Amino acid sequence: MRHEIEPSSLLPLPPATFHILIAIAEEDRHGYAIIQEVAARTRGEVRLGAGTLYRSIQRMLEQGLIIEVRERPAPEQDDERRRYYRITEFGRDVAKAEARRLAQLVRLARASGFVAPQG
Amino acid sequence: MRFYRALLRLYPSSFRGEYGQEMCAIFADRLRGKRGFLATRRLEIDALADVLPNAIRSHMDLLRQDLRYTARGLTGAWGFTVTAILVVALGIGATTAAFSITDHVLIRPLPFPRSQDLIALWENQPHRGISRMELSPGNFRDWKRLSTSFESMGACSTFSMNLVGTGSPERLDMAYVTWDLFPTLGVAASAGRIFTAGDDSPGAPGTVILSDRLWRSLFVADPHVLGRKVILNGDPYEVIGIMPGSFRYPERETQFWTPFRFAEDAFTDRTNTYLSVVGRLRRGVSLARARAEMQVVAKEVEREHPKENARTGATVGRLHDELSRQSRLLLTVLFAASLGVLLISCTNLANLLLVRALGRRHEFAVRLALGAGRERVIRQLVTESLVIAVVGGALGVGLALAAGPLMVKLVPDALPIAQTPPVDLRLLGFAAFVTVATALAFGVLPAIRVCGEAASAGLQAAARAGEGRRTEALRGALVIAEVAASVALLIGSGLLIRALWRLKDVDPGFRSDGVLALRTELPLPKYEKTDLRIRFYDQVLSEVRGLPGVSGAGYVSALPMLWRGGIWPISLAGEPPDPADARMVSVRYVTPGYFMAMKIPLLAGRDVASTDTQKSPFVAVVSESFVRRWWPGENPIARGFRVASDDRRVVGVAGDVRVRGLERESEPQVYLPAPQVADGDIIGYIPKDLVVRSSVATSTLLPSIRAIVEKADPQQPISDVRMVAEILEAETAPRSVQARVLAGFAATALVLAGVGIHGLLAFGVSQRTREIGVRLALGAQSSEILSMVLRRGILLATAGIAAGVTIAYGAGHAMKALLAGVSPADAATFAAAGAASFSMVILGCLFPALRAVRISPMTAIRSE
Repeated sequence: MRHEIEPSSLLPLPPATFHILIAIAEEDRHGYAIIQEVAARTRGEVRLGAGTLYRSIQRMLEQGLIIEVRERPAPEQDDERRRYYRITEFGRDVAKAEARRLAQLVRLARASGFVAPQG
Repeated sequence: MRFYRALLRLYPSSFRGEYGQEMCAIFADRLRGKRGFLATRRLEIDALADVLPNAIRSHMDLLRQDLRYTARGLTGAWGFTVTAILVVALGIGATTAAFSITDHVLIRPLPFPRSQDLIALWENQPHRGISRMELSPGNFRDWKRLSTSFESMGACSTFSMNLVGTGSPERLDMAYVTWDLFPTLGVAASAGRIFTAGDDSPGAPGTVILSDRLWRSLFVADPHVLGRKVILNGDPYEVIGIMPGSFRYPERETQFWTPFRFAEDAFTDRTNTYLSVVGRLRRGVSLARARAEMQVVAKEVEREHPKENARTGATVGRLHDELSRQSRLLLTVLFAASLGVLLISCTNLANLLLVRALGRRHEFAVRLALGAGRERVIRQLVTESLVIAVVGGALGVGLALAAGPLMVKLVPDALPIAQTPPVDLRLLGFAAFVTVATALAFGVLPAIRVCGEAASAGLQAAARAGEGRRTEALRGALVIAEVAASVALLIGSGLLIRALWRLKDVDPGFRSDGVLALRTELPLPKYEKTDLRIRFYDQVLSEVRGLPGVSGAGYVSALPMLWRGGIWPISLAGEPPDPADARMVSVRYVTPGYFMAMKIPLLAGRDVASTDTQKSPFVAVVSESFVRRWWPGENPIARGFRVASDDRRVVGVAGDVRVRGLERESEPQVYLPAPQVADGDIIGYIPKDLVVRSSVATSTLLPSIRAIVEKADPQQPISDVRMVAEILEAETAPRSVQARVLAGFAATALVLAGVGIHGLLAFGVSQRTREIGVRLALGAQSSEILSMVLRRGILLATAGIAAGVTIAYGAGHAMKALLAGVSPADAATFAAAGAASFSMVILGCLFPALRAVRISPMTAIRSE
């Protein structure tokens, strides 16, 4: 899908959106798996609610950050009700742009002494 | 689990359909991990906190989407958009304007605390046909003493006084009050204090409380006015308080208040009735109980004073219901009519939306085919009608505000409320409610109808088929409703206009053209002696008569129609006194020249003369109806009768005057010579109104008259300057405002109905272009096509007119009291209204019909 809009126009990303993008960066996941992945990666600090998750997914689909995929894993692992989501190229671009923006912020914070230099 | 499913209902159904199952599955997974009551509740609270904000955001997302889409759609169809918005604006404007007045006068509680407990009390004498009469001070004191239903009771009497505060004297409307009136009403002063019992005792120094308006105008909002002395009718009074701006009592224009300070002898004469009484019900006492008690009290007082209080009962009613039946009906009719306009504009809106939706059926079919839920499409359509309604509603409120200055003439003067209705949340809330109700009621229906058809017909059919039979029937019904409502409104306003004309044709008994009236109310005790007054009148009248262009001038104690009181019983010479006092006349004291100035014809005998004095025999001029009623066929001249405890001889007969106004029967009139008023004060009987007939403009005349009055008495103020024609006009002013507003409504309705018919037929023709083309190609005559289109329009119009006539007939009967004798089935009005709407229908049919005839068979068929 070609996108007319610049990745930067979507920044800053809502935290939930960024977490979801990270969670499906390596493999396609269904909704519940995304929640679990996010929780695992943040050591349980971020627990997405189903409401937040699906509203984010709906918007991300509209914005073209992710797509729904039809290929399913092996039947015994699959659940009829579950749909899988895959990050798009545009989604990756947006996630990278967001990461750069955050890194920039952290650099600024460090320069002003808010963050202890990494040792 | 059931809890979570219920929670999901908060989402738009499209979202729920898409993700609901997965969300349930996630919740179920989590639920499995939890044991125990508390843990489960925790989970539910978490779910609520998660779902609620997200559901709201989802709705907002959709709304934003729909609004964007609507904005695109509406700006792309300017003709439709502007028509629809104007149609809504007219309907909501009419309803809001009518509501603001109706609510202000009829519905809103009076501006006093616990106002539903405020009760107006009157005496009644049913055998004399009197249901409401003021109380005498004696009766007031007794009623108050003997009753237990009331927390407190107060009385007042409106009057006018000469006030000298800052500079020149002014004649101002004021009210005498008992000290307990303000506490009864539950009002406090905004500065200073209200009256105490001490202020209201005989011999107490004079005190006065100013209205906010008077304080701001005459005293230019002087903060040091409290404690200042003003001169009222020659005596000093101290200003002790200022009332808040919202306080108006007993009338809208009451400027200040002062206590009665009744002397003991004021309580002895029980036939001198002039107190308007208001009481506040004790908590928990019902109106019915108070009413029953007051009958007992009145009986008791009658027993104590059997002569003066013979057959005198008590009329007890809520203060808010004191409005005349006519004012009430006037407003009710107006409000009903505005609802008619609203109905028509709503049906028109529905029709417009329906046509637009039909034209977009293909688009909807595509969207449905692409998987949009029906709910999404309906939601989109409803958003569109909401946007139209909100813009139209805002415009309508603007229209209503613009109509305000005309409508306020329908607010009766005698109510203790402001003339201009407030524009507040209540009014805006009403407008918003009507707006949203309009959009939903008349936007959802077309949406569902069209969406249903698009879904069932599928892509191909939806694109090509004519409108569905059921939709067509619905649209036909809408047009019938429009025509019916517009015919009913036309007839209703027609009847009221006829009634207005009839009233304007009523002969008031005098000629008002070119007669200027003004008031020089001579203050007491300065003019205690009748001789002194007569000297003033003589000097003023003789000089005024000498002014260029003046053809007549005279004084009267009260102009007809302005003051309807002055009703006295008489007894005829040589007959036993009538025990029931059934012979009532309207009494006025006049100077010579009054009849000539007013052009009241003298039919026999002579005018009162300057030779009729205290020392000469007491005489009277009586009206034609006096003679007709009591001395039919006899010569009245020199016959005697007794009025106001004097025997009088008739010296002349004058034409009848409509003293009580154009719409009511008046008592026969008796005119007494001004010099034959006793010294002292009989309230309201000292001549005070000067009438001057002249051929020159008021602007030239008035300064000369002012100079003459000032020469006669430099302290004497002039007030109430107006043309007598204005008094006559004021008689019919509320009616003519109502008739004008209603005629405006009816005209709007007529045009809207025409637009509706036109829209219906034009759409029908465009849908049938191909069919008409084929017919023409097969040899159909233009006239056949023409009649095919016209037939439908005429059929709808006939049905609508028939329904409208029926409604109008019923409505006419309901407002019979406003028709001044015009029959509710007035044939001419019905015929004119029928003809007007029929021509409007034909006009509406004409363009679509002509377009149908002009269809070229070749293009029509090829276009498919």
